[in-house]
Amino acid sequence: MTEKKVLDLIRREMPKQPPEVRKFNFNEVAFGYSEELAVEEAKRCIQCKKAHCVQNCPVEIDIPAFIQCVADRNFAEGIRIIKQKNCLPAICGRVCPQEDQCEKVCTLVKKEGQLAIGRIERFLADWEARQGHVDMPEIPEWTGKKVAVIGGGPAGLTVAGDLILRGHKVTIFEALHKLGGVLVYGIPEFRLPKAIVNREVDYLKSLGVEVYTDFVVGKTQTMDSLLEEYDAAFVGSGAGLPWFMEIPGENLNGVYSANEYLTRLNLMKGYLFPTYHTPIKAHKRVAVVGGGNVAMDCARSALRLGAESRIVYRRSREELPARMEEIENAEEEGVIFDFLTLPLRYNGDASGWVKEMIVQKMELGEPDASGRRRPVPIEGSEVAVPVDAVVCAIGNSPNPLIGSTTPGLLLGKKGNIEADEETGKTSRDKIWAGGDVVTGAATVILAMGAGRKAANSIHEYLMGGDGE
Amino acid sequence: MYKIIASRMIVPNMHILTIEAPVIARQVQAGQFIILRAEEEGERIPLSVSDWDRARGTITTIFMNIGSTTSRLSQLASGSFIPTVVGPLGNASEIEHFGTVLLIGGCYGIGSLYPVARAMKEKGNRVLVVIEARSSYLFFWEDRYRVLVDKLLHITRDGSKGLKGHIGRIPEILTALDEPVHRVLINGCTFCLKRGSDATRELGIKTVVDLNPIMIDGTGMCGVCRVSVGGMTKFACVQGPEFDGHEVDWAELAQRRKSYMAEEVIPLRTSKCEEHAHQSEEVS
Ligand SMILES: Cc1cc2nc3c(=O)[nH]c(=O)nc-3n(C[C@H](O)[C@H](O)[C@H](O)COP(=O)(O)OP(=O)(O)OC[C@H]3O[C@@H](n4cnc5c(N)ncnc54)[C@H](O)[C@@H]3O)c2cc1C
Ligand SMILES: Cc1cc2nc3c(=O)[nH]c(=O)nc-3n(C[C@H](O)[C@H](O)[C@H](O)COP(=O)(O)OP(=O)(O)OC[C@H]3O[C@@H](n4cnc5c(N)ncnc54)[C@H](O)[C@@H]3O)c2cc1C
Ligand code: SF4
Ligand code: SF4
Ligand code: FES
Repeated sequence: MTEKKVLDLIRREMPKQPPEVRKFNFNEVAFGYSEELAVEEAKRCIQCKKAHCVQNCPVEIDIPAFIQCVADRNFAEGIRIIKQKNCLPAICGRVCPQEDQCEKVCTLVKKEGQLAIGRIERFLADWEARQGHVDMPEIPEWTGKKVAVIGGGPAGLTVAGDLILRGHKVTIFEALHKLGGVLVYGIPEFRLPKAIVNREVDYLKSLGVEVYTDFVVGKTQTMDSLLEEYDAAFVGSGAGLPWFMEIPGENLNGVYSANEYLTRLNLMKGYLFPTYHTPIKAHKRVAVVGGGNVAMDCARSALRLGAESRIVYRRSREELPARMEEIENAEEEGVIFDFLTLPLRYNGDASGWVKEMIVQKMELGEPDASGRRRPVPIEGSEVAVPVDAVVCAIGNSPNPLIGSTTPGLLLGKKGNIEADEETGKTSRDKIWAGGDVVTGAATVILAMGAGRKAANSIHEYLMGGDGE
Repeated sequence: MYKIIASRMIVPNMHILTIEAPVIARQVQAGQFIILRAEEEGERIPLSVSDWDRARGTITTIFMNIGSTTSRLSQLASGSFIPTVVGPLGNASEIEHFGTVLLIGGCYGIGSLYPVARAMKEKGNRVLVVIEARSSYLFFWEDRYRVLVDKLLHITRDGSKGLKGHIGRIPEILTALDEPVHRVLINGCTFCLKRGSDATRELGIKTVVDLNPIMIDGTGMCGVCRVSVGGMTKFACVQGPEFDGHEVDWAELAQRRKSYMAEEVIPLRTSKCEEHAHQSEEVS
């Protein structure tokens, strides 16, 4: 190690569009580090011998090594190190909940100066894209094995990338007309530009991954009929079934699931209507029910479409499950937060459009099973809030299409596929699963981590199995 | 990309479209639908599969030209391509040996009813078909039905063929039949489905309708297709599209289908001049 240097504990901020500007456009909020900022930030890393950060990255990127490369301005080597473990760095650098992963255990966190690992990762991925040249890894000779990957979200993309690099033929089957899963239909453009997702998907295609979009496994073809053709299958079909609260008035016009609202906007590009033909209403007062990342995305999208936008959440600010960065962004942009508020029902106008929500005020009681204080209703606190749209962002569970058409595939209580945590193996021979379809709605990096483990197990099976 | 094999107007404002889609053609059953996009910037819209040829790998749909996507579809030449065709979606029609079935088709429903009639016949049912239109010149596929089914009846708004009026005349038809009908099945516009179901309710004949709410993904992901049936919320794309017509909340369905009325006319009135500017924003 070099001589002991003075600790620099000041995290370099990432330049952003000012709130009063960005709340009127769908362009990306954060610009990313400049070279100078990235190098300055990287130099703060103390290159721990026992690097906790690595242990808390689900795909185990060699963080100190790539950070050191940035400090030395050797960007090409830096991105190469990341890509050994992570095929979607531009995406993870943007949407990973770093504060709960790598950065949470960074040695510098004790002094509140944890390194901005995600931002540097993003910088390197964007730097590589700007070079206009992507290093192509060598693809080994075909092993003679074929793998079907169901679902083109982060879990499926990871499995496809890992297995093609080991010489297997890989085909992705995706229900929608684009790959990316939640990355293209859910997370908005202003947080994750779709051009970036397309870039990563194109990279996989250039490696030789075959892709069938518009293919709903369980409908277009069953798992079992796919397995007549493929030696193994990985299911990464996500948690795409939206929940509603089952309260009166939820089927009024203007009441959306978060999936519908975001799909219209992102996948179908409703914000460019009528150039793109899928309409999205220009609402005036939108209420988003929920407090997670999905709710923040909906509320901030509504704002950008010109509405007064509010989050209605039954607990308090401390319990909001969304990432702090996104909560702060939403607050800066002017999203209104109604905490300790629970919708009871919606009332409509004469033509069936929602016109108000009746809510009840709550107070925090004793902690519940999750350790968070339980919200309890305050009697007689009902009020009417005028709205012309409501977005229900209270959660999703796995879509039952595959489970219900695949005999012998063991499912959990919430319809999730049961799979071994270490290998992704399911109760069925030749079928692996991972990501949100196994865990319920989680995060991009956890889905990728699960994909990585499953890919290893599939590879082992394919190479050992047939006595080759 | 999916190739258009044939495309033509079959009667005024109604088009028949045959698409090359071998995997769908292999699987599709009576009562199922597809979702397609007519162009890259286009909407995803659901259309019933009205016929297929498993050997040639083609599917056929019949659609009414009513909005931006259908009007674009109606202009496609044979040999051109469209970017999305996904299916077969929804559950297949419940086809069993019921005895005598009365199948009612209005507008595009005359087309989408055809595979159901065929499957009902194959199961040994006595199949009676009523087709309904504004005027006799709007009927199509009559020859196909005539050779397939046991009885073909007509209702026209102007009385130019068969009974004069609309689907509200179904009870008279049922009475005149002098044979028991064990099941009624209706395909067509929401009005037709509702009036038909109203007409059979008092007669106590089980009536199945093919619902057509607004859809996006067709896989149970977005929830826009939700309908209330028997007091429960159902996603029509995965739990339907067939439901018991006597249990459907028709007022809600009619309202939900109108959600985008105001917006749907905009693309029809828009010039394409700005498009290039916008498209450059989409790096793909
Ligand atoms: C609005 C929103 C914001 C989010 N923000 C963040 C964030 O900031 N950070 C973060 O880490 N996580 C975030 N998440 C969560 C994260 O996106 C998911 O955990 C992650 O995408 C899960 O990956 P997956 O591959 O398991 O599934 P998905 O991304 O859901 O992909 C599953 C794919 O499978 C396809 N599919 C489903 N059924 C079938 C079938 N039968 N046949 C073929 N294909 C099928 C689907 O169409 C989909 O493309 C967010 C989620 C949402 C909805
Ligand atoms: C399961 C199912 C099967 C169908 N089968 C047929 C068929 O075989 N032939 C046929 O002509 N029509 C069929 N429809 C109706 C067809 O989907 C609509 O006519 C079509 O979406 C109109 O699209 P557009 O862009 O041309 O019109 P638009 O300008 O988009 O809309 C005109 C009106 O059509 C309705 N509509 C719009 N978008 C949708 C949508 N995505 N889903 C349903 N309704 C919508 C709305 O009431 C809207 O106001 C079916 C619908 C469903 C749900
Ligand atoms: S992938 Fe996520 S957890 Fe891993 S280093 Fe990057 S930001 Fe951290
Ligand atoms: S824990 Fe923090 S300081 Fe230590 S190597 Fe990792 S990033 Fe650098
Ligand atoms: S169309 Fe989206 S859930 Fe049915």
